[in-house]
Amino acid sequence: MKSFKGLFKKEIYHIFRDKRTLLILFALPVLQMLLFGYVITNEIKKAHIAIYDKSNDHTTKDIINKIGSSGYFNIVKTIKNDAEIEDTFKEGLVKEVLIFEPEFAVKLEKQNIASVNVITDASDVNTANLLTNYTTAIINDYVIKKNAQSSIPLKIDIQTRMLYNPELKGVFMFVPGSMAMILILICALLTSVAIVREKETGSMEVLLVSPLNSVQIILGKVTPYVSLSVINAISIILLSRFVFGLPMQGSFILLLFECFLFILMSLSLGILISASTNSQQLAMMLSMVALMLPTILLSGFIYPIENMPVWLQWVCKINPATYFIIIEKNIMLKGTGMESIWKETLVIVAYTVLFIGLSVKKFKVRLQL
Amino acid sequence: MKSTEKVIVVKDLVKDFGSFRANNHLTFEVYKGEVFGFLGANGAGKTTAIKVLCGLLKPTSGYVKVAGYDVYSQSNSIKAAIGYMSQKFTLYEDLTVYENITFYAGIYGLKFKEIKQKSLALIYKLGLEAHTHKLIKDLPLGWRQKLAFSIAIIHNPEIVFLDEPTSGVDPITRRQFWKMIYEAADRGITVFVTTHYMDEAEYCDRISVMSEGCIVALDTPYELKKKYGARSLNEVFLELVRTKQSI
Repeated sequence: MKSFKGLFKKEIYHIFRDKRTLLILFALPVLQMLLFGYVITNEIKKAHIAIYDKSNDHTTKDIINKIGSSGYFNIVKTIKNDAEIEDTFKEGLVKEVLIFEPEFAVKLEKQNIASVNVITDASDVNTANLLTNYTTAIINDYVIKKNAQSSIPLKIDIQTRMLYNPELKGVFMFVPGSMAMILILICALLTSVAIVREKETGSMEVLLVSPLNSVQIILGKVTPYVSLSVINAISIILLSRFVFGLPMQGSFILLLFECFLFILMSLSLGILISASTNSQQLAMMLSMVALMLPTILLSGFIYPIENMPVWLQWVCKINPATYFIIIEKNIMLKGTGMESIWKETLVIVAYTVLFIGLSVKKFKVRLQL
Repeated sequence: MKSTEKVIVVKDLVKDFGSFRANNHLTFEVYKGEVFGFLGANGAGKTTAIKVLCGLLKPTSGYVKVAGYDVYSQSNSIKAAIGYMSQKFTLYEDLTVYENITFYAGIYGLKFKEIKQKSLALIYKLGLEAHTHKLIKDLPLGWRQKLAFSIAIIHNPEIVFLDEPTSGVDPITRRQFWKMIYEAADRGITVFVTTHYMDEAEYCDRISVMSEGCIVALDTPYELKKKYGARSLNEVFLELVRTKQSI
C-alpha cells in the first residue's frame, strides 16, 4: 500500500510538471465544451438583419416587434428602397433582409393572404437555412395567434424544423459525444503514453526489478488518471447543466456510475495500447487515429448512424463510444433508468474485460522477452 | 577473495529465445562482497544473463540461486534482495533529487522515518545539499549516474547489478564512480557489473568473459593476463573473442 502511494505521488508529479499533459487534461475539456457549445452550434443568436417595410402599418410593426424581441435577431438597419437591398448584403452588414409588400395589413384582412419576402445571405448555407426557418416560424406563430381571434381562419401551412427542435439546442447533441471523446482521450491516450514513456526511458525495467509486481505498477500508473477523469466527467456535467442548460432528467448517480464504467473501459484500452507498443509516438498515433476519429465520426456523436452506409453502421456498432453516447442521451435527455440501458452497459463491461484480458496476455509475453 | 560465502550460484544455465540460444550452459559462482565483472561483446548474452539473475526472465533450464533464493520459484524474494541499475538512464527527469530518492526507497518498502533519514544522509554524502530540490534534468550526467547508483543500493541489497553503468561518462566521474563501487563492496554488498571498458575490468576482483552465449574465461584480471601472456585485459579480450569465433 505504501509503495502504491509512492507510485501515485510520483505519477501526480509527472502529470502536474508536464505542461502538455496538463493542457490535455484540463484545458481541452473546457475548450472542447465551449467549442461545441458556442461555435459549432445550430443556434442563432442576435443575427444581424435589415427590414424593408413597404407597407408600414400596424401588422408589419407587430411582426417586426416580435422578430426584434425574439432574441434571435438584431435589427440593425431599415431599408428604404430596392437598390439598398443588394448594397446592404454587399457591405456584409446583415445576414437577412425582410421585405413586407405594400399594404400588407389590408391584403391580409381582405384577401386573407399577404406576402413577406425573406432574403438571406446564402454564402453561409447553414446560417441562411436557420435564419429562414426561424423567421418563418415567428411569422407563422404570429399568424396562428391572429387566427385565434379572427372568424375566418387563414390557412398557412409551413413546416419548419423548429417544431421538432424548438430552440435548436446544439449543445444537447454535442455534450454526450464530447464527454465520450474527452474521457477516451484522457484515459486511453494519456495512460498509454505515460506507460510507454517508462518503457522508453528504461525506468519500467527498474520498476519490474523492484519488489513491485506488474499489477501494482499498472494500478499505480493509472489510478491518478482515473481520479482526474472522474473529476473531469463531473465538471463536464456541471458545465453542461449550468452553462448550457442541458437538462438532467435521469439520475445523476447513475450517470456517474456509467461514466466510471466507461472510464475503466477506456483505461483498459489504453493499457492494451501501451502493452502493444514501445514508442510514445506510436502509442499517440494509435490513440489519435484509432480512437479519436471513430469516437467523433462513427459513434452518432455528430453524424447520425442511420444515415451511414451499412458497412459503416457495423463499424459504429463495434465502437464502444456509440453505446456510451446512447446511455448518456437516455439518462440526461430522456431520464430513463437502468432498465432501458442495461444492454449498452453490458457491452461496455464486456469490452473492459476483453481489453484487460488481452493486455494481461500481451504483458506476459513481453516480460518473457 | 574477500569471502567464501556464495551469493550467486549458477550451474548449466540455458536460456533460449525460440531457436536462438542466448545463454549456453553458463556455470559460475559469485562470492559475497566481491566485485564481479561481466564482459563480452554486444549480443554475447550478458543482458540476458543479468535478467535471469534479477528474476525478470525464467531460465530454460539449469540451476540458478541468487542470494539464497531459487529463480524459478522465489523471484519475489530475489527482487527484494537485489539492487539494479541499467545502462539506460533510470532516474525520473521531472522529479527532484529528493523525490527520486524517496520514491525508490518507498518502492523497496523502507519505513517512512528511514526514508527521510537515508535520503538526507545520501544527499549529504554526495554533496548535493544545494541541489536537493532541483529537477534531475538540471543535473550533469556524472552526478545523475552517481545518484542512480546510490539509489540502487539505498535498501542495502545483498547484490547490486550494474548493467553498463558508466557508458557515456567522463573518465574522472568514472573513477569516482568506481570508488563508490568499492565502498559498497567494503560494506559487504556484492557488485555484479557489466562493462565495455577494459580499464574498468581491471578494477574487478574477478571477471568472466562471454562470447556467443558461452563463458570463455573466468578468473582474476592478473591470472588472465598471465595465462594469455598479455599486457592488458584488452589483449586478453580480443584474443578470447577471436579464438571463440574462429572455432
